[in-house]
Amino acid sequence: MISKGPASEDVNVGDEIPRLVVGPITIQDLVEWCGAEEDYLNIHYDEAAAKAAGLPGCVIQGYFKCGMLGRMLTDWLGERGTLKKIAVSYRGMDFPGDTLTCCGKVTNKYVQKDENYIELEIWTENQRGEKTTPGTAVVTAPSSARR
Amino acid sequence: MADESSILEQLQSEIGKESPPRSEEVEKGAIRRFVNALGDHNPLYEDEEFARKSRYGGEIAPPLFVITFGRQRRPQPDTRLGRAIINAGNEYEFFQPIRPGDVITHTRKLVDVKERTGRLGRMYIAISETTYVNQRGEKVAIGRGTHITHEGR
Repeated sequence: MISKGPASEDVNVGDEIPRLVVGPITIQDLVEWCGAEEDYLNIHYDEAAAKAAGLPGCVIQGYFKCGMLGRMLTDWLGERGTLKKIAVSYRGMDFPGDTLTCCGKVTNKYVQKDENYIELEIWTENQRGEKTTPGTAVVTAPSSARR
Repeated sequence: MADESSILEQLQSEIGKESPPRSEEVEKGAIRRFVNALGDHNPLYEDEEFARKSRYGGEIAPPLFVITFGRQRRPQPDTRLGRAIINAGNEYEFFQPIRPGDVITHTRKLVDVKERTGRLGRMYIAISETTYVNQRGEKVAIGRGTHITHEGR
């Protein structure tokens, strides 16, 4: 199930939204993601191919991390909130065996064309404390009177 | 292999040219595989009854389902320039929900190419933009991707 989602009045700059913890992530998860996005680049599941490409080993797909950050946002937004924009950079590598924590923090709020916009800073953090996937998001949430 | 300046010129000459439009139908099975791979069991995506009573009036796909359109299904690293191309970032703006049965037409173009010299030597940064339109002509999303190619890797 999902919640109704936050009312814009209840969201404040500086708030952290509920985190999404994913993992430990397995090669099987990455193969499943290859199937979901229909992209079978072998550095994500074939250790020898990854090493031949100069990597320390198989790496977690950037799109998988983007997808999980999106899931964190839509889990929080529930039934009534809307994801308008997501932007992420892939700055570092995460590997099978890692646990990723998806995080988000409110950085701005404004009203435009009668809609309540909320901006967030988002990122993933692995168990080594590395924030490999920083980004931003823009969402809308209804005011409590309209929920 | 061509010399470096010609690679940059070759890439820059592609800026603004649109790829031929490609249309894909949104299959329920594809949505199911996508949400399963993310463990994203939101009833808006998989509970018809719940979704019908929601403000969407029916099942939708997760916004990031746009990731699945136009993928290359490549078995090997993409080495068109003789080097691996790294996906450095993605940005998506969403305008309309995507629903099962929609036919999404997407068109991609290169919007910028830069050359930089970093710790690992010379590299090229390419930014492309993809527009996604549904069967009613409504723009559902815009995607922007940044790809980096390092010299000699």
